[in-house]
Amino acid sequence: MSAGTPKYATAPDLPGILSVPKQRGRIAGFIYRHPTIAVGGFLVAIMLLIAVFAPYLGTKDPTALAPARRTREPSVLYWFGTDMLGRDVYSRVLYGSRVSLLVGFSVAFCASVLGTIIGVVSGFVRQIDAVIMRIMDGLMSIPPILLAIALMALTRASVQNVIVAISIAEFPRVSRLVRGVVLSLREQPYVEAAIASGTRVPVIIWKHILPNTLAPLMVQATFICASAMITEATLSFIGAGTPPIIPSWGNIMAEGRALWQVKPYIVFFPAIFLSITVLAVNLLGDGLRDALDPRLAKRL
Amino acid sequence: MIADPPLLEVNALKKHFPIYGGFLGQITAKVYAVDGVTFTIKRGETLSLVGESGCGKSTVGKSVLRLFKLTEGEVYLNGERIDNMPAHRLRMMRQRVQVVFQDPFSSLNPRMKVRDILAEPLVNFGLVHGRKDLTEKVEALMDKVGLPRDAINRFPHEFSGGQRQRIGIARALAPGADLIICDEAVSALDVSVKAQIINLLADLQDELGLALLFISHDLATVEHLTHRVAVMYLGKIVELADRRTLFADPHHPYTRALLSAVPVPDPLAKRQRIILKGDVPSPINPPSGCRFHTRCPFTSDRCRSEEPILRPVGDGHLSACHLD
Repeated sequence: MSAGTPKYATAPDLPGILSVPKQRGRIAGFIYRHPTIAVGGFLVAIMLLIAVFAPYLGTKDPTALAPARRTREPSVLYWFGTDMLGRDVYSRVLYGSRVSLLVGFSVAFCASVLGTIIGVVSGFVRQIDAVIMRIMDGLMSIPPILLAIALMALTRASVQNVIVAISIAEFPRVSRLVRGVVLSLREQPYVEAAIASGTRVPVIIWKHILPNTLAPLMVQATFICASAMITEATLSFIGAGTPPIIPSWGNIMAEGRALWQVKPYIVFFPAIFLSITVLAVNLLGDGLRDALDPRLAKRL
Repeated sequence: MIADPPLLEVNALKKHFPIYGGFLGQITAKVYAVDGVTFTIKRGETLSLVGESGCGKSTVGKSVLRLFKLTEGEVYLNGERIDNMPAHRLRMMRQRVQVVFQDPFSSLNPRMKVRDILAEPLVNFGLVHGRKDLTEKVEALMDKVGLPRDAINRFPHEFSGGQRQRIGIARALAPGADLIICDEAVSALDVSVKAQIINLLADLQDELGLALLFISHDLATVEHLTHRVAVMYLGKIVELADRRTLFADPHHPYTRALLSAVPVPDPLAKRQRIILKGDVPSPINPPSGCRFHTRCPFTSDRCRSEEPILRPVGDGHLSACHLD
């Protein structure tokens, strides 16, 4: 090519028919695309902050009795009022969030880990698959709350025991989900290619199967988290859960139940906190489900 | 011929898949996916396995890969019997046979980077020493299949179908195999990309002396890169010949029907199309005698009762038909 002015035909400028797409910042764009994750995540984050910083949010000792000031209506001094033993409901509700979140997240974690192990074993070892799954079916046929009550009746009331009992009631669902995903993943050509490449089975599970079960597992974990919080509150409400000495939302509601018609605020405030938290976690789960895998949205 | 033993020898291979049913999950029927297939592949040779979908071509490929246990038959690779090999020896044998799958989307783990995908076989067979060596070897593989080196840290979804298939080919080349099974490796690609990938495979074969078992349903594709062709119908090979013979002088009626269905890029060309009637019979309950008799235009009573064996009809040309 000799040096010279290249003869390009330049395209004329396009007329401004198309509107310029709106530029959004990264955070604004994320909120726009996944509003449910944003709202759910925001509320869960607030609940976490409340639980962590409960002592610094103008609370008093949630277990301090003050018979002289019992059943006070909500006021500037007692934001959510006081219960029939004069304890500050605001402080009790804020401290109660610790129990709920601890139970919710612990159960989600324990049930996911246990369910994943059993699901992977069941999906890979076909000889024992049927036996394991029938046991899981058996566990799933008992309503989780009843199973948790039965397990709590066998043990002493404590937060650990509540976590264990609800985890046992919830993990069969995870194992079933994971088994299904494993069964479909192990037929994938990339798994066959890995076998042909001489990859050992444990490595195949670790590198090819588990990373691809993560998305449905996370979605399932959020739903378990929400359901565990409700179960915990239910157990506490009927006196089979967290010991009464520890303020939990279920305990506060159980104690306020007798006074429901005259002093409804004692039940109202823990109930509204429980509802908002469960709603937030479920919103987060819904959002994750849609964001992580559109096909999964139809399946779950 | 004795001086040049085949790289792969498949002898009377059978693979039947059980169908479970009933209350206790007992075996109620069997799918006769592959029912007695015999062939050999020499070093550096391409054998194509063609046939309709469901005729068992892929099952033959997976049997050679030992992705499952065989029902019957023998498979020899480099003179070593691999169909009954114990698991620990099988793992090292896998270095010699690799596979490229049809679907470039599901054959790559969506959560692994190109580097990790290509590193997997290298690490498994102990072919690399240290991280630097690994990167060099991975990059060399990418060069070989025509992928840009800067793609090393990308995920499969960032590539087009043709590029993904190149990744799949690079993975198959990684362990330095003697035989690569291309299971419909170009069927999912569009025409121009298909040509590129076929040329790539042909170049690699020349360069590395690879043998290919090329599984395809498309005779037009096969014609470009194969040395010999085996035509399968319902789990059996019905005709086997070198490319020239098979395309010029097909013996088996099924092969003739298949060839007449290949489109010719000439609108004025007069062709006699042999239209087969009916569907492929079910491999669960294959027809008696010659399996093709239900659709063959030349069926006789003998075809219905007696199963034809694959026998020579010319130099290196085998056909399984009573009429020959």
